[in-house]
Amino acid sequence: MTLTKPIYFDNAATSRCDPRVVEAMLPYFTEIYGNTGSRNHSFGWVAEDGVEVARRQIAALIGADRKEVIFTSGSTESNNLAIKGAARMYAKHPAGSGECRGHIITAQHEHKATLDPCKRLEKEGFEVTYLEPRSDGLITAEMVKAEMRDDTILVTIMWANNEMGTINEIPEIGALCHDRPAGKQVIFHTDGTQWVGKMPANVTADNVDLMSMSSHKMYGPKGVGALYVRRRRPRVRLTALLEGGGQERGMRSGTMNVSGIVGFGKAAELAGHEMDSERERLLALRKKLEAGIVAGLSDVQINGHPEKRLPNISNISYGFVEGESLMMACKDIAMSSGSACTSASLEPSYVLKAIGVGDDLAHSSLRMSLGRFNTEEEVDFAIAQVIKSVNKLRDLSPLYDMHKEGIDITKIEWQAH
Amino acid sequence: MAGALAHADAQEKVRLIKGRKVNTMAYSDKVIEHYEKPRNVGSFGTQKEIKERTDIGVGLVGAPECGDVMQLQIKVDQDGNIEDAKFKCFGCGSAIASSSLATEWLKGKSLDEGEAIRNTEIVEELSLPPVKIHCSVLAEDAIKAAIEDYRHKNGIDHDHDES
Repeated sequence: MTLTKPIYFDNAATSRCDPRVVEAMLPYFTEIYGNTGSRNHSFGWVAEDGVEVARRQIAALIGADRKEVIFTSGSTESNNLAIKGAARMYAKHPAGSGECRGHIITAQHEHKATLDPCKRLEKEGFEVTYLEPRSDGLITAEMVKAEMRDDTILVTIMWANNEMGTINEIPEIGALCHDRPAGKQVIFHTDGTQWVGKMPANVTADNVDLMSMSSHKMYGPKGVGALYVRRRRPRVRLTALLEGGGQERGMRSGTMNVSGIVGFGKAAELAGHEMDSERERLLALRKKLEAGIVAGLSDVQINGHPEKRLPNISNISYGFVEGESLMMACKDIAMSSGSACTSASLEPSYVLKAIGVGDDLAHSSLRMSLGRFNTEEEVDFAIAQVIKSVNKLRDLSPLYDMHKEGIDITKIEWQAH
Repeated sequence: MAGALAHADAQEKVRLIKGRKVNTMAYSDKVIEHYEKPRNVGSFGTQKEIKERTDIGVGLVGAPECGDVMQLQIKVDQDGNIEDAKFKCFGCGSAIASSSLATEWLKGKSLDEGEAIRNTEIVEELSLPPVKIHCSVLAEDAIKAAIEDYRHKNGIDHDHDES
């Protein structure tokens, strides 16, 4: 069977829609096209039906009640709603009072959709602690405990990191947040974007109060996501971001993206059924990929905890070779890099920096993320192309020369411009 | 059309649907060519050897932390003309192409002519986008550093007082 090139190894960025998802969505464009808010005619009722089925499908995936699922435009919006919504609701003092309105704990290597809302809240009078991750990328309950204060109101830690796949101690951190005296309640939010749909999640067993989810990371359409909002023990309330028609219990106004939501629901249903077998298959493929690369090249390092990672993500630094040139060289593989050149800001990955990976190795990193539609053949192809490209680029690299000659690169006085 | 679509690979599919060429690579063809068919890659010897040779000038610019390191070496003949040039580069495709192009242009030029090469000429030749202009600046720096090194080794520092 001939490979379709380029092969897609960037599933952590987004995933292809499962054809079964698209099939489920199609009637909702030209046949079932009502507004779910139209209470008085069948167009509205049928559309609402579709949304409510999806709501149940997503709730089932995470062990929640359907009333606890709020639909949004995606994880970025869900993160914004959860973090700003909870902080502003549970603030200890009003805005502009000059006092610290509450303390929030998060981590340095969270997604920008978490970090930027936190920065915004700092401007609004909240104090934020950004935990430094371990060198293996993990955030543990111990680390959170060490920073908890009497005035802590919110903890937000992602379940799995998008760049490395490393898995944080979510159930333990949740337990910590719930074990608080009366009046010192801490709400626990987790960004479940990379986790949900791939790994088992139960909001009660895992002690989660708020959780962001994204459709397009689990083979659903882009432009739709959800926020889990706990209703019991404790009941979590949020100040809304989008105000207007009062949809989603007042938490998220706006006409529902019916076709997107139906697709998301179907994707969630499929994920529930196929998660376990898929996880096994992808773990085996990832192991093969990493083993092949490590065996074929010297001076490579896998970033993040070796085992406590999602089964489908592999973040590797290739010494003496720069990430963007490596992506250009591997033209038949679609993946992403921690290199500055590939970010608009010319800064290398802040995630890799946070775990202590040196700037030069951060520039030399590639993230490959596998998914439902990747095959073993593609993995074999990728191993060969990566090895070939790295060797070719090392032939071009002055750093590799110096390394071969035994020169210590860290001792050179570089004249950066 | 449907049949062609079914059998086309990803890029071809998009072209057929949109009816126009899709630029899937951020690089110009020229940039890619410098990587696929590299010319003048290498070194005239080990770091130690080059340091001792007075007919070789080396420019080493950039820094690993910035993701860009260029090493440009020029071999200068008795008449003060650059008879050969070699490069090595740790950096993105545009950086590799910029330093590669620099070696091509330097061959056969005098030191003064080499010094006159401007980064803007590199930008134009390689069709570098704005975000990659700094790669051409680094290449110009590398050229100047190599020429400076050669002059310094041979006691013909240009425009400086001996200090």
